[in-house]
Amino acid sequence: MSIQSWEPAAPTTTLDRPPAQERRSIVKPSRGKQYEPIVIGTFSVILALTAWQLVANARVMPILFLPGPNDVAQAFVKLFQTDDIWLDIGTSGAELGIGYGMAIAIGLVTGLLMGWYTRFQYALDPFVNFFYSTPRIVLIPLFIIWFGIDMPSKIAVIFLGALFPIIINTMAGVRNTEAALLRVARSFGASDALIFRRVVLPGSVPFILTGFRLGIGHALTGVVVAELIAARHGVGQLIAIAGQTFQTPKMLAGVILIAGTGMLLTTILQRIENRFQAWRPQLR
Amino acid sequence: MYDRSAKLAAKGVVIEYWLHRSKTIFRAVQGVDLTVRPGEFLAIVGPSGCGKTTFLNAVDGLIPIAEGSLTLDGREITKPGADRAMVFQQPGLLPWRTVLGNVMFGVEAQGTMTKDEAQRRAKQQIELVGLKGFEDAYPLELSGGMQQRVNLARALLTDPEMLLLDEPFAALDAQTREMMQLELLKIWSQTRKTALFITHDIKEAIYLSDRVIVFTRRPGRVKNELEIKLSRPRDLRVKRDPQFLTYEDEIWESIQEELAVPAERLMAGMPAA
Ligand SMILES: Nc1ncnc2c1ncn2[C@@H]1O[C@H](COP(=O)(O)OP(=O)(O)OP(=O)(O)O)[C@@H](O)[C@H]1O
Ligand SMILES: [Mg+2]
Repeated sequence: MSIQSWEPAAPTTTLDRPPAQERRSIVKPSRGKQYEPIVIGTFSVILALTAWQLVANARVMPILFLPGPNDVAQAFVKLFQTDDIWLDIGTSGAELGIGYGMAIAIGLVTGLLMGWYTRFQYALDPFVNFFYSTPRIVLIPLFIIWFGIDMPSKIAVIFLGALFPIIINTMAGVRNTEAALLRVARSFGASDALIFRRVVLPGSVPFILTGFRLGIGHALTGVVVAELIAARHGVGQLIAIAGQTFQTPKMLAGVILIAGTGMLLTTILQRIENRFQAWRPQLR
Repeated sequence: MYDRSAKLAAKGVVIEYWLHRSKTIFRAVQGVDLTVRPGEFLAIVGPSGCGKTTFLNAVDGLIPIAEGSLTLDGREITKPGADRAMVFQQPGLLPWRTVLGNVMFGVEAQGTMTKDEAQRRAKQQIELVGLKGFEDAYPLELSGGMQQRVNLARALLTDPEMLLLDEPFAALDAQTREMMQLELLKIWSQTRKTALFITHDIKEAIYLSDRVIVFTRRPGRVKNELEIKLSRPRDLRVKRDPQFLTYEDEIWESIQEELAVPAERLMAGMPAA
């Protein structure tokens, strides 16, 4: 095929072209609007903490039932003065990292394959549906028999918890590729491999990241529940023991540790999601 | 009867769809005979749903034909090829790619150019369709008309022998459409590629083409064929030429006959009172 056969000649008229720098929306949110979510959010949190503190200070209930935020904060500080806390955090963190990491790697590949190859989806659908509709924590007793009460059984629970939301969302991303884009790609004679890499995969990124984000919630549930049932170390175990020994402030400090981890990881993923959405115009 | 020098030749082309729900075969195109000469600009008009898009998709090689023959330079069309490029009714741009990336997508899919060369030529092409300065903009930041320019540039960059256009300006407002027609004419006169252009707009068909073909209502066949003998280059004034209006009347009448559905057929489709 000759590509040389013709060269673009003089450019044609361009009537509707504004200067390049004016291209992006000039509807820029004002400075006040920009910080509105943070300001209002912070304010409502302070309000809630104050109310909590006031109710706790009234001491209508003993500290065992309703510790105030100050009690929880104290317990939190004390917690970090012990050496055990680092063993607990290290154990839970390792379980989470390994279990969730494996779920991402295997879930991503499986979801992509299931989305792309219909027959593969048919083959795995029964298993995915079975596990997705079963609360995976019912398998904990089985995992304890298989793997004992240390890390491997926890990793298995976390892995299974995070795996299925990742598989299902990744698959949905591949399946939801716009038919018009596929037609364009085929029309230009794109190979299947190119369609997958250049059309399907980039289009699935938002779905995949949503799967990762949902997976975090399931993984954290897995950590805590598995450790509540049986463990030697871990933040979930810490919460369980504090509860059983009526150390309510310490228990809540553990809860905050878990919640904080979840919020941190979710925020990081949200940031990554936003980076992949640079092409979406800001509507607000 | 058929010109051997024809670029595209369709003989008794029948195209059918398999309807999954009713498990029946649906005939969308019924025995289309037509030829497109090399370098010719041919427009097809016809009532909505008569199979124009279907026929064009078959020419592009996206769907197979059930009967007849469809040849490009004497070779049967079986799949999409670098000798044809489609400008779609919906622009079909990758939203995560910039204008430059989208214009390059066609040649990238074909694998006919190195990346550097594709990039260099894409920039020229973007200039040619009047989008200079927008290379780094994303599709969602562009107006409908600008998106269609990208769609056109992507097809042109593959340097096809034949350009297939499926109502590329249908979604645009009247002014943008006229401007795009003018630009398409300019580009076409510079490149003289064979073009097969589908449209609802009779004026557009006459304005652009060397020949206009009218399809019957579904299942589509060729009903009428009109040689447009207006001198080129054409500008917008040609639309008020008496000859132009005569063509318009003739095509309009042709289509009217197809739209006038006999009363008993209308009744047949109605639920019982
Ligand atoms: N993928 C499909 N499956 C089944 N039937 C289809 C399909 N695509 C089109 N048809 C049917 O084939 C007929 C012709 O459709 P086509 O899109 O080719 O019409 P058209 O002439 O391009 O119409 P318009 O001018 O409105 O774009 C229509 O009746 C339509 O319902
Ligand atoms: Mg159509």
